[in-house]
Amino acid sequence: MKKLVYTFATLLTALSLSAQSPEARGLEIAKAADAYDQGFGSSKTTLTMILTNKQGQESTRYMSNQTLELTEDGDKSLIVFDSPRDVKGTATLTFTHKEGSDDQWLYLPALKRVKRISSDNKSGPFMGSEFAYEDLSSQEVEKYSYKFLKEENINGVDTYVVERDPVDPKSGYARQVVWYNKENYRLEKMDFYDRKNALLKTLTYGNYEVYKEKHWRAGEMNMVNHQTGKKTKLLFEDYVFDLGFTDNDFSQNSLRRASR
Amino acid sequence: MKQSINNLKKGGQQFGERWGRFVVKFRWPVLIGTLALAMAFGAGGQMGFNSDYHVFFSEDNPQLLAYDGLQNKYTKDDNVFIVIAPKDGEVFTRQTLTAIEELTAEAWQTPYSSRVDAITNFQYTRAVEDDLYVDDLIENAAAKSPAELKELKDIATSDPRLVHRLINEEGTATAINVTVRLPEQDNGESAEVAAFTRQMVEDLKVKYPNLETYMSGFVMLNSAFFEAANGDFQTLTPLMFLIVIITILLTTRTFSGTISTLIVIVLSIMTAMGFGAYMGIGLTPPSGAFINIILTLAVADSIHVLITIIQQMRNGVDKRDAIVESLRVNFMPVFITSLTTVIGFLSMNFSDSPPFHDLGNLTAVGMVAAFLYSTLSLPALLAILPVKVKARAPKKDKGTFLERLAEFVISNKRPVIAASSIFILASSFLVFKNELNDEFIKYFSKDVTFRSDTDYISDNLTGIYTIEFSVGASEEGGINNPEYLNTLKDFEDWLYTNDEVVHVNAFTEVMEQVNKSMHGDDLAYYRMPDNREEAAQYLLLYEMSLPFGLDLNNQVNVDKSETRVIVTLKNIPTKSMLELSDKASAWLDANAPAHMKAEGVSSTMMFAHLSERQILSMISGTTVALVLISIVLAFAIRSAKFGFLSLIPNIMPVVVGLGIWGLLYGYINTGISIVFGMTLGIIVDDTVHFLSKYLRARRELGKSPEDSVRYAFSTVGQALLVTTFVLVAGFMVLAQSNFGLNSDMARITVIIILFALILDFLMLPALLMLSPVKRPQDGSKPASTNKTTMQPVPAT
Repeated sequence: MKKLVYTFATLLTALSLSAQSPEARGLEIAKAADAYDQGFGSSKTTLTMILTNKQGQESTRYMSNQTLELTEDGDKSLIVFDSPRDVKGTATLTFTHKEGSDDQWLYLPALKRVKRISSDNKSGPFMGSEFAYEDLSSQEVEKYSYKFLKEENINGVDTYVVERDPVDPKSGYARQVVWYNKENYRLEKMDFYDRKNALLKTLTYGNYEVYKEKHWRAGEMNMVNHQTGKKTKLLFEDYVFDLGFTDNDFSQNSLRRASR
Repeated sequence: MKQSINNLKKGGQQFGERWGRFVVKFRWPVLIGTLALAMAFGAGGQMGFNSDYHVFFSEDNPQLLAYDGLQNKYTKDDNVFIVIAPKDGEVFTRQTLTAIEELTAEAWQTPYSSRVDAITNFQYTRAVEDDLYVDDLIENAAAKSPAELKELKDIATSDPRLVHRLINEEGTATAINVTVRLPEQDNGESAEVAAFTRQMVEDLKVKYPNLETYMSGFVMLNSAFFEAANGDFQTLTPLMFLIVIITILLTTRTFSGTISTLIVIVLSIMTAMGFGAYMGIGLTPPSGAFINIILTLAVADSIHVLITIIQQMRNGVDKRDAIVESLRVNFMPVFITSLTTVIGFLSMNFSDSPPFHDLGNLTAVGMVAAFLYSTLSLPALLAILPVKVKARAPKKDKGTFLERLAEFVISNKRPVIAASSIFILASSFLVFKNELNDEFIKYFSKDVTFRSDTDYISDNLTGIYTIEFSVGASEEGGINNPEYLNTLKDFEDWLYTNDEVVHVNAFTEVMEQVNKSMHGDDLAYYRMPDNREEAAQYLLLYEMSLPFGLDLNNQVNVDKSETRVIVTLKNIPTKSMLELSDKASAWLDANAPAHMKAEGVSSTMMFAHLSERQILSMISGTTVALVLISIVLAFAIRSAKFGFLSLIPNIMPVVVGLGIWGLLYGYINTGISIVFGMTLGIIVDDTVHFLSKYLRARRELGKSPEDSVRYAFSTVGQALLVTTFVLVAGFMVLAQSNFGLNSDMARITVIIILFALILDFLMLPALLMLSPVKRPQDGSKPASTNKTTMQPVPAT
C-alpha cells in the first residue's frame, strides 16, 4: 500500500511538472540561467564593434567594459570609449535596477565633467550600431515576463526556446525569443520583434569560452537587422575575472579615473 | 514610276476586294478565328496595378539614382503624414493631446513602420544642474494642468525642429509622421499601409469627434495614383461606351452594326489587356488610359467600314456586295491611318517615363487589333447578322453646310491662307507662355481627397515639396567639426532668407539644443560647441538617450561624415524649385569648402526634372514619328510634294494647340509633352482621307482644283466630321479624369484634333488649289475608266 501511494505521488509530481504552465516553465529556465552564472564577481573585457551597412561598408569602434556583480540589485557596469578619436576617454557608468529605470552617468573629457543622464529611453541604437542599449545591459530576470515555447536542436545544440516580453513600456520590442543551451544555459540565439511584432533583428552568439569552469562568455555577437539589412559584430577579447572590484570602482570618481 | 505606283494602289484596292470576298465567303471561320485570337490574348488574365510613384522614373533616371543614393545613406522616407486639427482650434488641450499620444502609440503598429514622429514623443532635452533630461515632450497629457499645457504649447510652437514641420505657429494643427520602410516585395504594401492608417484615423475620430484629420505623404500619394487609375475605369469607361453606342446608332442607324462595332472594340481592348498581362505591364494612371483611347480610336476604323456598307445598301446594293465594296475602298485608308496611329503611339517609347511606354505600346497593340477586327470580325459579323437599312435620301443639311464651306474656301483662297497664317503665327507666340511644371500634387483634381487634404496641410501647417541636400564633412566624425557645423548653420540661415522656404530640418539644431543643455540650459550656449571633441561627446550622450525608432539616422550617416538638410517648400512651380535648388548649390560652392558641395535631390526634384527630360526625349520621339509618318503619307498619296504639303495641316494644329494651351493654362507637364507624336498619328488621318480624295478627283477624274475640292468635301467631309466628333467626345471624356496627367493630355488633344479638322477644311484646300498638280499623261486613264465600270457607286 505504502509503495502504491509512493508511486502515485511520484506520478502526480511528474504530471504536475509536465502540466506546469508555459509561463512558469519559462520563468524557471530564466531563473536557472541567472543562477547558473551567479558568482562571477567581477569581470573586464575589451570590445570591438564592427558596423556594416547594407552596401557592405564597414566602420569600427573600440571600447572596454568592466562589470560588478550584485545580487540584491542589478549589476553595475562601466564602459570606456577608445574610438572614434573624438570621443576617446568618454565613459559611462550604469547601475541596472531590477525594477524601474537604470541610473546612468557619463563623463565627458571635453567638458571634464560628469553628467547624469536622466532618461527612460534605453532602446535607441548604441553608438550607431544595431544593438540597442537594452540589448547590452545586464539581463535581469525581473525585466521580462516569460513563456516557454519548445525545445529545439539548433546547430547540434539542444536548447530551450523561451519567449520573453519586456516589462518596460518604453522598450523598443514587443517580445524576444531566446534560445538557451540546455546544458549550461548560455544564450545561443535571440530574435527581436519590434513594437508591431514584426521580426526586427536576430542576434547569434559564437566563440564561447568558459571561465572559472562555469561562466560562459561569448567571444562574438552578431546582430543582423532584417528590416534595414545592416549588421553589427561585437568582439569580446581579453576577459579577466576576479579583479577584486568594489563599489568604489563604480563611482562617479572612478568614471574620471577610468577615462585616463 | 507613276505607273508602278498606280499599280500598287490598284493592287491595294484589289487586295482589299479579295480580302472582302474572302471574309464574306469564310465568315464563320473568320469570326471564330478572330474570336479565338482575342480569347488567346484575353487568357493572359488581368493586369495588375502598379501604384508606386517610382514607376514614373526609368531605372537609370539620374535624379532617381541620386535620391536612392541619399536614402541609402540615411533612411528611406516613404511616409504617412497625418494632420490633426481640433474643431475648437486648440491642439494643447488634455483631450487632444491624449488623442495624439494614443494615435502615436497606435501608429507604431503600422505595417513596415520604422519611425513615428509627433509633438508628444518629440525628444525634449533640458538640464537641471549636472543632470541631463531627455524625454518625450508630452507624456500623460490627461494629467496636465492648464499652466503646464500653456508651457508645453510655448515650447512646441517655438522649437525650430517642430514649427512648420509637426505643428503650426498658432498651435491649431499638428501632425504625426509615420515613416515606413516598404520591403518592395509586392505592389500591395503601400495599399496595406494606407488601409491600416485610414482605419486607425477613422477609429480615432469616432473616439474623439472633436478632431478633423487630413492625410498625406508618399504612401497616400501612391494610394491616390491607384485610386485615380481605378476611378477612371469605373466612371470614364462606361461613359465612353455610352457615347460610342449613341454615336454609332445616330450615324448608321443599324442595331446589328452597333453591336458589331462594340464587339470589335471589346475584342481590341481585350487583346491589348491580354498583351499587357502577358508582358507583365502594371497599370498606372497614365497607362490605364489606354482603354479609353482604344475605345475612341477603334470606333473610327469601324465607322469607316460600316458607313460605306450602309451607304451602299441604302443605294440598293446587296449586303454582301456592299461589304466587299466597303473593304475594297476602305482597306488601304484604314490600313494607312492605323499604321500612322500605331507609329504615333509607338513614339511614346522615347519617353523618359515608363508608364508612357506602356500606354504607347498597349494602345499600339490595341490599334493593330482594331484594324484586324474591323476588317475581319466586323464584316464577318455583318455578313452573318441581318442588317436592315431604310432606303432614303442622304441628309441634306450637313451636306449643304459642307458645300457652303467648300464654296467659301474656293472663293476666298488667299484670305483663308492669310488668316490661318496670322492665326498660326499668333499662336506660335503664345506657345512661349507655357512653362514646364510638374507639381505632382496638382496631378490630382480637387475632388481627390489626397489633393484636398494635402492642400489643407500646405495652407495650414507645412509644405509638401522638399529638396534634400547631403552635405559632406570630408572624414569620419567630421560633422562634429565646428567649422562644418557653423557653415551648415550659415547655409540654413541663407535658406531661410528665401521666401519659398517653409522649414529647414538640419542637424545643427540638435547640436545647438544639446550644447545649451550641457551648459545648464544657458541660452548663450544655443550655438555650436567650441571644439570637435566637445561636439562629438555631446552627440554620443544625446544619441544614447534616444528611444527606439527616434535615432539620428534620418539626419546623420553611420560614420558621421555627412548630414542631411531637408528644405520644405511652399507650393511653387517646379521651375522655381529647380532655381532654388541651383541657387542653394551655388551658395555652397561659393561659401563652403569643396567637400560640402551638394546637389538638391528628393522625390519632388525627381518630378521637377521629369517634364524637362520628357520634353527632350520626346523631341526625338516626335521627330522620328514625323519622319516615318511623312514617308507613309507620301507613299499613300503617291506624291512627295503633297506629302510635304500635308505636313502643314498636321504640324500646325500642334502649334495652335500649344498656343491656346499657353493662353488658357500656361504650363506643360509630363502628360502634355507626350501628346505630340500621338496626336500626329491621329490627325494625319484627316489629311490622308481629304488629300487622297482630292488627288483622285484631279488625277483620275480629271477635275479642276476647285471641283476636286468640292469632290473631296462631298465624299469625305461628313465622315471626317463624324470621326472628329467621336475623337473629341472620347478625349473629352478622358479629360474628366481626376488624374491631371490624363485630363491635361486629353484636353490638349481635343484642342489639337479640333484645329486639325479646321485647318484640313480651310487651309489645306486653299493650299491645294494654289499648288499645281501634274495631270497624269498616260497609263492612268485606262485604269480609271476600268475602275468606274467596276465600281458600283463612288464611295467615301
